[in-house]
Amino acid sequence: MKTRKNKKTEELLEKLEPKTSDNLLTLKGVGKHYGSIIALRGVDMVVDPGKVTCVLGDNGAGKSTLIKIIAGLHQHDEGDFTLHGSSIKLKSPRVALDAGIAAVYQDLAVVPLMPIWRNFFLGSELTTGVGPFKKLDVQKMKDITKQELSDMGIDLRDVEQPIGQLSGGERQCVAIARAVYFGAKVLILDEPTAALGVKQSGVVLRYILQARDRGLGVIFITHNPHHAYPVGDSFLLLKRGRSIGYYSKAEITVEELTAQMAGGAELAELAHELEQLGGHAEELAEAEAGAAAK
Amino acid sequence: MSSLTASPSHKKTTTAQDERVGKKSTLSILLGRPEIGALVGAVALFIFFAIVAPVFLSPASLATVLYGASTIGIMAVGVSLLMIGGEFDLSTGVAVISSALSASLISWYFGLNVWVGVVLALIVSLLIGFINGIILIKTKLPSFIVTLASFLMLTGLNLGLTRAIGGSVSSPSIADMEGFQSAKAIFASSVNIAGIDVKVTVFIWLAMVIIASWILLRTKIGNWIFAIGGDEKAARAVGVPVVRTKIGLFMAVGFCGWVLGMHNLFAFDAVQSGEGIGNEFLYIIAAVIGGCLLTGGYGSAIGGAIGAFIFGMANKGIVYAEWNPDWFKFFLGLMLLLATVVNIVVKKRAESSK
Repeated sequence: MKTRKNKKTEELLEKLEPKTSDNLLTLKGVGKHYGSIIALRGVDMVVDPGKVTCVLGDNGAGKSTLIKIIAGLHQHDEGDFTLHGSSIKLKSPRVALDAGIAAVYQDLAVVPLMPIWRNFFLGSELTTGVGPFKKLDVQKMKDITKQELSDMGIDLRDVEQPIGQLSGGERQCVAIARAVYFGAKVLILDEPTAALGVKQSGVVLRYILQARDRGLGVIFITHNPHHAYPVGDSFLLLKRGRSIGYYSKAEITVEELTAQMAGGAELAELAHELEQLGGHAEELAEAEAGAAAK
Repeated sequence: MSSLTASPSHKKTTTAQDERVGKKSTLSILLGRPEIGALVGAVALFIFFAIVAPVFLSPASLATVLYGASTIGIMAVGVSLLMIGGEFDLSTGVAVISSALSASLISWYFGLNVWVGVVLALIVSLLIGFINGIILIKTKLPSFIVTLASFLMLTGLNLGLTRAIGGSVSSPSIADMEGFQSAKAIFASSVNIAGIDVKVTVFIWLAMVIIASWILLRTKIGNWIFAIGGDEKAARAVGVPVVRTKIGLFMAVGFCGWVLGMHNLFAFDAVQSGEGIGNEFLYIIAAVIGGCLLTGGYGSAIGGAIGAFIFGMANKGIVYAEWNPDWFKFFLGLMLLLATVVNIVVKKRAESSK
């Protein structure tokens, strides 16, 4: 991969962080294929503490594959994945969690029928007692859950209610708070705003900044540049499994980001096509003509 | 994620209740429990039989009902846990007989102390569970198919091996063998309480229900069982050992099968190799009536016990009321249908958004 864009990316890497070993997490030329299908190829990116790295792309751009590699659900086939300066390959989500990488997924963040506090501590339960009499420390877990959530600004009435009763935004926030509490250094958010309304999205974006201010390196996956731009520090654009650009905030505006993402020419073509299919003007004219005939 | 010390805010947490949460009424807490439908059904059925067949209320009859319930309930403990974990097992009915046959045939063939057979049967039962679990995990087939296959294979093995080793469809009597009496005392004796003989299985059953409830609600493993049944992908993503938990659940079912198998063996001294077919559904029915969702993630061990108790009452109550027992299965089916409808309503309410 010796394209112009990659050179540019390398320059950017230099610019962002002169001493690469200080980066929390770096990807260099990372790729993944499923059999003969290449899902991801030659992706470079850097995650730093207290910074939000946005990954943008349309459906099928390889965003999911990328985060699955970082979260330990899949392993990369090419390239170099370094964490704290040492090269690694994560075997499972458990290993990733132990390394300080926590992922919050849009669809599988939580188990809906379980109470909030059980979800909060799922997989990392607190216990008291020894041997066969080791039991869950229920009260402590409930208290911590309530405290942590209120620290994140989420005010819940009852941590005993099933998490399925919360709104989508609240569920995302519980998952974010959970990752923060368990000492995540890198927080991956998979389309946290995709299924949410405007107001709920705002709530989630605020928690992203909260997590950032706590010193986490946040990877924010989205296909909405208007959500990414206000919170992001750097932007990785993916298309058909390849990186089509990597920018710091100073280098790009939200309009450019949108245009890049949709592929400027394609967007113009789409607008033209929609116009041909009948814009509002024609319909209005027809309706008016109908009314006049009466 | 493992380092809890990394948490920045271990502040003094408030144990005070949120003022917006009014003290929940006992009724509303009760209505939120998975086994509530079954409990109401059990009470109604109890009153019904108490009216139509007064003899039903005598202590001796109750002991009989409890015994009937325990023979279903012991298996229902394991089956309920498995169902909460999102899987189910069709091989349980014949696996009980496989366990009993293993104990009987091994000790008879080699002329060993019966207890050796009992221990080896435990290993066989756990192994059946392990194999079910490992095949499920490796093939990713639904548990319906995997355990249907093991049901058929075990049915064949039970018949084939019994005839090949003992020369008959029934296992040879082991009543005069060493260790038989002590094993009978553990698995198939009666305890006299205030003049009433209560079978020991009733106590084993209750102990198992208590232990299972404790595991389910107060241990990590219980949390994991709910999680893998509720959303396996989410559970895996937060680091729950899904594979180990699932295999462990199948082995727990195996353990329950061993307990019941030993009872079946020592209640008499021989086992019919063709028995057990169809019982797997009774265990599943007990779990479902008790509020376990067939889709997993919801239910309780106590619910399974209440389901088994309903089964015991219906089974013996019909006899005490001197009705034709032909009707029993009809009632069981009706009960299952009603219970499932109640379960769906409960689940919808639990999942509904605000």
